[in-house]
Amino acid sequence: MSHPTHSESAPGHDLHEEGMGEDHGSLRGYLTGFVLASILTIIPFWLVMGHVIESKPLTILLVLALAAVQIVVHMIYFLHLNTKSEHGWNMLAFIFTLVLVVIVLGASLWVMYNENANMMPMSPLYQQQHPVNGP
Amino acid sequence: MPHRSEFWNFLLGNLSLSVLPLHNTLEDRILQVTFVIVAFSGAVILGWVTVKRQWGYLWREWFTTVDHKKLGIMYMILATVMLLRGFADAIMMRSQQAIAFGSNMGYLPPEHYDQIFTAHGAIMIFFVAMAYIVGLMNYVMPLQIGARDVAFPFLNNLSFWLTVAGVMLFMVSLFVGSFSRAGWLGYPPVSEYQTGPGVDYYIWGLQLSGLGTLLTGINFVVTILKMRAPGMKLMKMPMFTWTSLCTSGLIVVTFPILTAALFLLSMDRYVGTHFFTNDLGGNVMMYINLIWIWGHPEVYILILPLFGVFSEIVATFSGKRLFGYSSMVYATASIMILSYLVWLHHFFTMGSGPDVNSFFALTTMMISIPTGVKIFNWLFTMYRGRVRFDVPMLWTMGFLFTFTIGGMTGVMLSVAPADFLLHNSLFLVAHFHNVIIGGVVFGAFAGINYWFPKAFGFRLDAFWGKVSFWCWQIGFWVAFGPLYILGLMGVTRRLSHFEDPSLQKWFIIAAFGAFLILLGIGAFLMQIYVSVRHRERYAVGHDPWGGRTLEWSTSSPPPAYNFAFTPVVRERDAWADMKEHGYKRPLEDFRPIHMPKNTGTGVYIGMLGFGFGFAMTWFIWWLAIACFVGMIAVAIGHTFHYHREETIPAEDINKFEHTGNWKPGVEGAAA
Amino acid sequence: MNTTAVDINAPGQPVFYTREEVHHNGTLLGFWIYLMSDLFIFASLFACNAVLGTNYAGGPTGSEVFDLPGLAVNTALLLVSSVTFGFAMLEMARKRKRAMLIWLGISGLLAAAFVGLEIHEFATMIAEGAGPQRSAFLSSFFTLVGTHGLHVTVGILWLTVLMVQIGRVGLTEANIRRLRCLSMFWHFLDLVWVGVFSYVYLVGVLR
Repeated sequence: MSHPTHSESAPGHDLHEEGMGEDHGSLRGYLTGFVLASILTIIPFWLVMGHVIESKPLTILLVLALAAVQIVVHMIYFLHLNTKSEHGWNMLAFIFTLVLVVIVLGASLWVMYNENANMMPMSPLYQQQHPVNGP
Repeated sequence: MPHRSEFWNFLLGNLSLSVLPLHNTLEDRILQVTFVIVAFSGAVILGWVTVKRQWGYLWREWFTTVDHKKLGIMYMILATVMLLRGFADAIMMRSQQAIAFGSNMGYLPPEHYDQIFTAHGAIMIFFVAMAYIVGLMNYVMPLQIGARDVAFPFLNNLSFWLTVAGVMLFMVSLFVGSFSRAGWLGYPPVSEYQTGPGVDYYIWGLQLSGLGTLLTGINFVVTILKMRAPGMKLMKMPMFTWTSLCTSGLIVVTFPILTAALFLLSMDRYVGTHFFTNDLGGNVMMYINLIWIWGHPEVYILILPLFGVFSEIVATFSGKRLFGYSSMVYATASIMILSYLVWLHHFFTMGSGPDVNSFFALTTMMISIPTGVKIFNWLFTMYRGRVRFDVPMLWTMGFLFTFTIGGMTGVMLSVAPADFLLHNSLFLVAHFHNVIIGGVVFGAFAGINYWFPKAFGFRLDAFWGKVSFWCWQIGFWVAFGPLYILGLMGVTRRLSHFEDPSLQKWFIIAAFGAFLILLGIGAFLMQIYVSVRHRERYAVGHDPWGGRTLEWSTSSPPPAYNFAFTPVVRERDAWADMKEHGYKRPLEDFRPIHMPKNTGTGVYIGMLGFGFGFAMTWFIWWLAIACFVGMIAVAIGHTFHYHREETIPAEDINKFEHTGNWKPGVEGAAA
Repeated sequence: MNTTAVDINAPGQPVFYTREEVHHNGTLLGFWIYLMSDLFIFASLFACNAVLGTNYAGGPTGSEVFDLPGLAVNTALLLVSSVTFGFAMLEMARKRKRAMLIWLGISGLLAAAFVGLEIHEFATMIAEGAGPQRSAFLSSFFTLVGTHGLHVTVGILWLTVLMVQIGRVGLTEANIRRLRCLSMFWHFLDLVWVGVFSYVYLVGVLR
């Protein structure tokens, strides 16, 4: 995930930050990021607004996958995340966070789905919206 | 509430004279007596400070300080004061339950009793246990890594004052209005629909102190990652530093979830949203899910630093290197990750079904493995060591015994089918007190006895220390053993009255145990009083225990700058290595040192935060807006000061390095 | 230790200290870690939206209240402001203060337009009876999107203060550091927005 190198280490560069590998990006990098992000934004909008695919679950899956890709694009081209900055601590902190965020989101959904499925449904309307297959 | 004009409603929100405890009821009588005691002792302290003309000193040297050591000491004092408050609640509960049988309703009406158990839990966790561990980490960790201060000294001060603001909200709720009756985690729907200021006090108190804790976590992670002495690779860090790192990391990834959960609860209460309501699609269980995603890692946040404390103490008092250092590190790290995967065991009974319950039961059982590894490492460190049973070591032995049993009852609770019987019972209450008192409180006292000579240059009296230890140790089992038994018999928690008279004997025994613990707390205060009173008699050198880590290499108490020259680390136990290889302290050629300047900004923001919380609790919107804007304005104003450092001249350093407490040996007076 | 001073750095002796001042600035790492913690606030709110997002309680659904063309405009505003902020950082690296301030100003205005449109969207929805009190779905929608909007607002305030500070004392080391933190904050909010528009809105109209 390392970013193309830039002219960060120009002589006379007076930002003596000690963390290695930090950069402010390059024009090329920002424009690449912008183009990629735009494409990755336009496709899901098109998918949803144009009703391109019949299957809703497939559309949802595609939208989420494209969002994940776009988040990676933002990370690389805008946030300049790489394995070198702050001796890799930025990356490590991010991966740690990512794993735990996935746990929070995934396990919350799993737990709450099961509780919804197992506990007494609240109203006929609720039952309609949450078809229960039972454990 | 009597009718009053729009103007007064605007000015005072929901506040009125009727919210003060001025009624002729038993509850209010208790509060009036408490108020008189608090006001009297407060007046004595404030008056003494005024007479001695110490306000300027307190403000300049303590309130506005950015020195991690002074902030650490202030955290410890705060925690001890709150321990008294929280324990007063405990004694009231124990005595109520000992007498409230059959026709005797006891002396606490249910709505008062409910406030007491809520306040007891929340205070003990947030303002006693958390304050103790943050205080210990604050004082010790930067010294252990050879740093001059933490990464963000001002933020450290701000964290403290935000915590104080939370404490103040909790304390004010005693006399102005009432406190939450929804339990220490504020479960909806009780917390949703409970009218009055109680839950709001709770929410804002925790939001403020939670923000402070989060900032502390970030601060310490960066401190440990960036400010270690040259040569101190990760695997050469002292064990306490390792556990501080893992705890701080956990703080960073969990406290925001507490903030979010409380924020959503306050949205429900203030705005009328439907996150956790029973109607319009809200889901009560979502709150319980979120709060425990924070809540379970929180108990590991509490215990991990104390594991570090015990590791340091066991190694020092056995005169050996810690056994299995790397396995200890890996155990700590895996506890850190696993603690994020077990939260559902707090609500096994709430309908998640067998597959979900099995998963979380398994992860819960797994987390006892690294904990067990640690226990064996401590035992093997002592094995064939020359163990000295000083007071810190006594607490450690008490911990090993008590905590291990608490851990085993925890494994019992982790079996989901068994939990269906034990859930919400006094067995559970006994279990978590077993691990929190046996682990966190014993660890805090071990740490206080161990590092007190570092902080003040004299040690704590051993006799009163031993009295305190034995009172706590025996008192704990007398107080909570009966609760285990009652829990197995099916008695549920949080009841202010019982019908079955056959249970009463157990509650009387438990109350007796609580009074033994009270003696333990009294002995602890006595220990401090005696030691301070005769401090010259207890004076010790800078390394009284034969320590192994860098904090013992500097003077006791350490200078503001900690180390005149940054230590260079070669081995794991850096100070033991230095002593072995004939380290001689440099005594000349000192250089000026830049240190951050003190600032009152943290105090201002903290107190404005208190005003904000108070105003939100009582719906005084103008004051809330004013305080909030004030907080932002003070914070922004602070960023306009670019020169926040001052220089300690080389002469001052030279002077201190020649006159500080550098006496070697165990007993300074004797040496 | 009453020995006279000895040069312990003499050859053959192990080195136990250094006379050099070691300076570490942890601000950038600290800010990054703050951002990571902020992700957990958003994660909690996303989790609520995921769990409660179809609890319409007989009220309006996502496909009834979401204005996707308006959302597209908002998304574009935030993405462009992310890039213009990047340009400002490039100018900063070249020490061109004026150009940098101009790009910062543009980024701030774009973000302000974003917040303005969001407020307009909220006001319209509330006027139509689709306020946060209507259903759990709408509660979670307003809270999540509102929290993001609040972050953007804080970003704008911070940007304004920083522009004043740079105008007054120039591109000092401290100001550059602050700017880099703000830059991270800015891109981070754009990143969170990717999650918001994808999950809350686009998936929301399909659920």
